[in-house]
Amino acid sequence: MKNKYSIFSLIKNALSYHENWQKAWKDPQPKKEYDAVIVGGGGHGLATAYYLAKKHNMKNIAVVEKGWIGGGNTGRNTTIIRSNYLWDASAGLYDHALKIWEGLSQELNYNVMFSQRGVMNLAHNLQDIRDLKRRTHANRLNGIDAVYLNTEEVKKFCPIINTSPDIRYPVLGGTLQRRAGTARHDAVAWGYARGADEMGVDIIQNCEVKGIKRNGDSVEGIETTKGFIKTNKVGVVAAGHSSVIANMAGIRLPLESKPLQALVSEPVKPIIDTVVMSNAVHAYVSQSDKGELVIGAGTDDYVSYSQKGSHQIVEGTLNAILELYPIFSRMRMLRQWGGIVDICPDASPILSKTSIKGLYFNCGWGTGGFKATPGSGDLFAHTIANDEPHKLNAAFNLNRFVSGDLVDEHGAAAVAH
Amino acid sequence: MFVINCPYCGERDQQEFKAGGEAHIERPKQPTELSDDEWAEYLFMRKNIKGVQFERWNHAHGCRKWFNMVRDTSNDEIKLVYKMGEKPSLE
Repeated sequence: MKNKYSIFSLIKNALSYHENWQKAWKDPQPKKEYDAVIVGGGGHGLATAYYLAKKHNMKNIAVVEKGWIGGGNTGRNTTIIRSNYLWDASAGLYDHALKIWEGLSQELNYNVMFSQRGVMNLAHNLQDIRDLKRRTHANRLNGIDAVYLNTEEVKKFCPIINTSPDIRYPVLGGTLQRRAGTARHDAVAWGYARGADEMGVDIIQNCEVKGIKRNGDSVEGIETTKGFIKTNKVGVVAAGHSSVIANMAGIRLPLESKPLQALVSEPVKPIIDTVVMSNAVHAYVSQSDKGELVIGAGTDDYVSYSQKGSHQIVEGTLNAILELYPIFSRMRMLRQWGGIVDICPDASPILSKTSIKGLYFNCGWGTGGFKATPGSGDLFAHTIANDEPHKLNAAFNLNRFVSGDLVDEHGAAAVAH
Repeated sequence: MFVINCPYCGERDQQEFKAGGEAHIERPKQPTELSDDEWAEYLFMRKNIKGVQFERWNHAHGCRKWFNMVRDTSNDEIKLVYKMGEKPSLE
């Protein structure tokens, strides 16, 4: 049983110089056999294990992670959470996640620092205005809060934006989702890991999957660097490396893995209390609780697993940031990094069964998976436990690339992919 | 950032180039006779290899010609570039 985190536990542990905190999760060796194994110990994978144990009573399960939990894209994203997607299927999926975010810290007894500071998307040309207005209407029909702002309202909501008509891409308007915001990305992985561990889930780090063992058309287990693990259900949540696992299993995915970069500045006093995204010039910025500006750049156009992106991508983003926020012109950037994102042709994820019985994929989140973490875990757990998708993720099946029933969120979502 | 040796122009900055995805995916000879599965395979399914991969690139801000590249996607090392229609000769 885990000790409850509270102000009292904080005071109690302060008295012993914080040296006697209970371990948040065990460090077990793999058992010979599990009822289900989740491949990938990021936020989505850990959330899947958590909901499998909690809602579907599957306790004999494991999460295997090549590195350390939350060390991949979970710890590399810019922590933006929103649900203002255009299409009904996406709105259902992402708003399901947003609703779970709203109670997540209480549910996990772990402060994920979810902050509904609002996300604003800017329009810089006539087509942007039309697209954003259309999306605002679509969002409201789907019960998602969204308002359209004119230039003055944008300026009022975020005064440091340069709304001069003389800049290269003037701010002509924007949309605002007030329920959107940010969360502490590491805490999401740690909170789910702690919760899953408490229910008996084995979280096995430094355990790389080397092969998927099949008996005809069904899964028999996985080969790992810590030996063979027998299981009839394998849920792959490997983000940028999903194709690597798929190639082991002999199935085809429509993914391309590309580097996506982000950077943070030196910490400064609070200056921007919301998240501002700009589709057309591809710049988005928010401020972390430590005071760093958190800036997201775009993807490179070539396949790479190197977790390094090109310099000109960062340069282009910073050009746009400087034009929109001249106040940042003398700030220094402290760190820059890349993560490998798996992009689908329609910029929507895949949460799906496959042609192999017992093999499930949760992938293709591309540049925007963090926001969906709790919903993705919940729906993928449902899919694995029942061998059937939930109605909210039914549209995100692998077969849509054969049927042509794509969920095209390229540009339709609030940001260019 | 890396330098790319365009088979027509020689070494140029990567910024001048545009990646065109997996190479040697042949356009269907009889499009009208393709099944939905075959269309999906041609249009969407990709190997997305971690390791040595064959790719198409375009010298978009240069000669604007397409060519092929063999590249290790795990470390971005370029192994070989060759013109369209040529057979790659990997040692």
